[in-house]
Parts: sequence; C-alpha cells; structure tokens
Amino acid sequence: MAAKSLDPPQRSDRLRTWLLLGPGLIYLLIFFALPLVVIVLYSFLTPGPRGNVEWVFTFNNYITLFTGDLYLSAYWRSIWSSLLTTFVCLLIGYPLALFIVRSPPRWRVVLLFLILIPFWTNFLVRTYAWMIILANNGLLNGLIQALGMPRQTLLNTEGATLVGLIYGELPFMILPLYAALDRFDFNLMEAAADLGANRWQAFLRVMLPQTMPGVVAGSVLVFIPTVGQFVVSDLLGGAKVDYLGNILQRLFQRSNPPNWPLGSAMAIVFMFVLTVAIIIYFRGTTEEDR
Amino acid sequence: MSDSIAIDLRNVTKRFGDVTAVDNISLQIRDGEFFSMLGPSGCGKTSTLRMIAGFEYPSLGQIYIHGREMGHIPPYQRPVNTVFQSYALFPHMTVEQNVAFGLQMKGVDKASIPGRVKEALEMVRLGSFGARRPRQMSGGQQQRVALARALVNHPEVLLLDEPLGALDQKLRKEMQLELKGLQERLGITFIFVTHDQEEALTMSDRIAVMSQGNILQVGSPTEIYERPICRFVADFIGETNFIDGTVREANGTHATLATEEGLHVQGYTPRPVQPGQSATISIRPEKARLLPVNGNSTPAANTMPVRVERVSYIGSDTRILVRAHGGRSLSVWEQNTLSTLDREAYWEAGDEAVLACPVDNALVLTE
Repeated sequence: MAAKSLDPPQRSDRLRTWLLLGPGLIYLLIFFALPLVVIVLYSFLTPGPRGNVEWVFTFNNYITLFTGDLYLSAYWRSIWSSLLTTFVCLLIGYPLALFIVRSPPRWRVVLLFLILIPFWTNFLVRTYAWMIILANNGLLNGLIQALGMPRQTLLNTEGATLVGLIYGELPFMILPLYAALDRFDFNLMEAAADLGANRWQAFLRVMLPQTMPGVVAGSVLVFIPTVGQFVVSDLLGGAKVDYLGNILQRLFQRSNPPNWPLGSAMAIVFMFVLTVAIIIYFRGTTEEDR
Repeated sequence: MSDSIAIDLRNVTKRFGDVTAVDNISLQIRDGEFFSMLGPSGCGKTSTLRMIAGFEYPSLGQIYIHGREMGHIPPYQRPVNTVFQSYALFPHMTVEQNVAFGLQMKGVDKASIPGRVKEALEMVRLGSFGARRPRQMSGGQQQRVALARALVNHPEVLLLDEPLGALDQKLRKEMQLELKGLQERLGITFIFVTHDQEEALTMSDRIAVMSQGNILQVGSPTEIYERPICRFVADFIGETNFIDGTVREANGTHATLATEEGLHVQGYTPRPVQPGQSATISIRPEKARLLPVNGNSTPAANTMPVRVERVSYIGSDTRILVRAHGGRSLSVWEQNTLSTLDREAYWEAGDEAVLACPVDNALVLTE
C-alpha cells in the first residue's frame, strides 16, 4: 500500500479556485454578459411607437444600418478620426516616451508626473478649457491677432475635435510606450550601429520591433475609447457632424421616440467590427515577437 | 602584412565632463595581432575600445584604422565589428537573422547571405542552431553567436569588450582557446579588453596595461610579466613581493637598494634610477628560493635571513610565507616537482632559512 498522499484533497483546491474567481465572475455575469445578451436580443426586436420594444423578431434594424447613409458615414467618420487620433498620438507619443526613458532617472519621475497631472482634473472640465483656448475671441486667437494676423475660426471644426481627442488620449499612448521602452536594452542600438545600420535602420529593425507590445497596447488604449466618443465632438466640433457615439446617444436617449433596437444593432455591429479589427492588429504586430 | 599598422591612436584623450577617461594615449596595433588592453575597471580600456568602434569620439587626438583617419565617422561606416560584453543579440530575431543582419545592412548580394551565415555559424560550431532564438541558448552559445555575427562581416579589426566576463570558469578557458584559435586561423586583428590578467597573458601577442586613463606598458606577455617597468604593472600582473627602500648605487642596468631594516638588495632596473631616489624591489614568489641557513647560496643572488611562518600545499605548488628580520612578510612559491608524499623533510613553520633571489630576477621599480 502506497504512503498516504501529502497533497491536500483535490476538492478543497477546486473550492478555493471558485471562491477566488467567484466575485469577479458574478460581477461580469450581471454587469457585462447580461446587458450584452439584452442588447443582442433588442437588436432583433421591433421598435414601438413610444420608445418601447415590441416582441416581434426582425432583421430590419440591421438592414436600416447598412442602407441608411447616415449610419455608415458615421461609422466611417468615427473609425477614420480614431485612426487619425491614434496615429498622431503615436507620432507624438513615441519620441516623447523615448525622451523620458533617456532622461536622467531624477527627471524621469518628474516628466512622467507631468504626463499624469491632467488626469487629476475632470475630462469635461479640460475639454471646456480647450473651448476657451480655441474660441473666436479665445486665447489662441488673441495670440494670432497679437502677431498681426486675422482671427481664425478654430472652435466648432473637425480640426478642433481632433485636437481635443489627441490631447485627451495622448497619456494613454505614452504610458505603455514608456513601459516598453524602459524594458528595451539600448545596447542593442549600438550593436545595430556596429553592424552597419544607420539610426533609421536601427530604429526600424531593432527598436520598433522590440517595443511593438507598447505600440499595440497604446494604440488599442487610444483607439477604442476614441471610436465611441461623442463629448469632444459635441463640445469642440460643435455637433455639426455625427460620430458613432452621437448617434448612439441620440437613439437611446434624445430622439423622440427613442429607438433602442436600432441603437442595439448599431452597437453590436460596432463591437463586432472593433473586435475583428483588433484581433487582426494584434496578429499582425506581435506575430514576429512570439 | 604583419608590419602594417591596423590601428593607430595618436595622442587620444577622452573626457566625460570633468572626468578624464583616457589621458593622451598613443598606441599602434599591428595587423593580425591579438592585442589586449588590460587594467582595472575605470582604467580607460573600454572607453578606448568604444572610440575605435565609433560609439564615442575622442575629445582630442586622432584614430586611424589602416591609415584612414576616423574623425567623426559613425560606427556603421567603420571597418570594425564589436563583440559586446552583454552579447547584445537581437532577441526578436533568430540566430540566423542575427548573423545576417550586418550583411543585410551592408547591402551584400542577397543570394550570398544564407551561405555566409551558415559558414559563420559553422565556424563557431553552431551550424544547427540557426532557427533558435538567443534566449533559448546558453551563455556560451550566445557568446559564439555574437562572435559569428561580428565575424561574418569580415571586419578589418574585431573589437572584444570583456566578452568572456559572464561565463563560468571552465567555459571561459574553453572560449579563450577557441578565440585564440579563430584569430590565428582568420588572421584578423583582435583587440581584446579585459581586467583578467591571466586571460590577457594566455591569449595575447601583446598587452597594453592601463591605469587611470594611461598606458603604463605595452609588451608581450613575457615582457609584461618578467620585466614590468613600474610598480603598478608588477603589482597588477601576477603576484609579487615588494620591498621599499632607497637607491644607494645605480649603474644603468642594475641598482642596489637599502631598506629601512638596513638590508641591501640588488636588482635589475628596467628604467634608470638615481642614487637617493626611493624605489621598490619586486621579487616574484616563484623566482625566490628558500635555502637552509648554512647552505651554499648561488653567486650573484640576494640573500636574506628569514623564518618560515606558514606552509600551504596547493597541489602544483607549495606556498610558503616567511618573515624577514624586521617583521616584513614575503611569500615564496616552490613547485612540487617531486612526486612524494613524504613531506617530513620539508619546511615547517618556525624553521630558520635563507631567502635567495638572483639579482636579475629582482626588479628595481619606481611608481
């Protein structure tokens, strides 16, 4: 007869696992999975005359989405402006993160701190601040006029929306890039130079691939919230054109009557497109690293 | 071939802020030579290597590689390659990709790259490891990849920055032999930076001993060990006994020193000394002999009455610590040439003896 096992009984192991997982699992079920099921369900139902839902199965919501010009153009506008925001954040954020990583340690803390300071103020308040800066008789126009140039229309343009988005999202790009660059072994750049790579080649062939996880993380962190935004385009863009978020907000709340089934369908398509896009992005950028 | 100069440093100085890392050194390294720069950390050897590679530019002076002034030519345009202390292999590339990198950067004909990569990997006995990632390999294997990655480019000079520092003792010895063999086979000039004197002695054709940004001595391993020209070199390379004193007589090649205890010791002077000058006699422990008190001493040898303090048997040698009259401790190493376990007749603590050292094996050195 073999000696008695010293391992604790398997059952208590399993119990512990469930106890540890439990709270998170219950939370996700109630606040994530359940609403998602509701949304999926609603997207196949018929909108009622008073903003209610009639239990009649239909594909009409999806058909409306893909035939109505309004919705498709909002999709494109949102995705395009998010791509642009992400790209500009990357262009500004990468050199900035690199600069911070290469600073003396004492300065690094200070610089990171400066990046984080805006988070201490509410995002809406900061966006209002941009309204003051960009207004027709705002700070920037004051400066432009002081330089003897004519006043410009800055606020309520798509450019203003973009500026506001980039401003708000930049820290989310810088932080993961900083983390990735901080792990990067800069001796590798010397090795690349030693082997005949000029700075640009060394960057493309060595530093960029090595810091790709940071680029991916930063891009996803910037892209996702930007696609769904509606506050910045309302406040700085003057609500002239519709982004995805604006339409969703309207369908669920403002329109008379509200149209939850159409809004749900829009959200589902949106989620689906985003998920597929991000999977492709992850595949494309991290394949080599594995 | 062996007469042409691969690297020529002329009055090179490197300052980092207030710190002078390299202080006005001049040095010529011959083609095909295994040349070591040896010294403690902070002596300027790595800074010198980095200036040759182009990672740093001299504050003053010129560096020539095969007669061409390097000035501010960036590293990627210099005909040298480096093996880094940390290997600095690209972790996101396979071994093959690492080795191919330099060839791709130089725009070598694409069709010839796989063949050259394979050849380089076979040269370092890693022929079947091409598809691996650096992190899947041991330290010694990574070291060899780094070597292949540098040598595949056929550099005019290979720079090695303490490349064996991270390896364990046994692997290190193997790599020393392998490196030396490679260098002889390829005939490429190797410049090897190390703080390990044994490593430098084993591998080098010539060694430059550096301290505090200066080159103290350049010479073959034998010259450096047998004829150090100053106290620092004698102290840094191998072990030695120092006896301080004042020069009494000097005749150009030899001098007599008087110690505090009133002993007179004679020795060879690699650099001329003047009577009245303070100097140090250096006697390597293996060059000294212990003789019975009434035995016959060799002519032309210094002798000194001593008492045996401690006898340590370490296999190949026996190391004997003796104390001279006046309290000075000296060590004497005797080779265990006799294969006998009968050591009763050997020295024991408390024995009175005479330490003898031929005049030519005692060196009169100054700072």
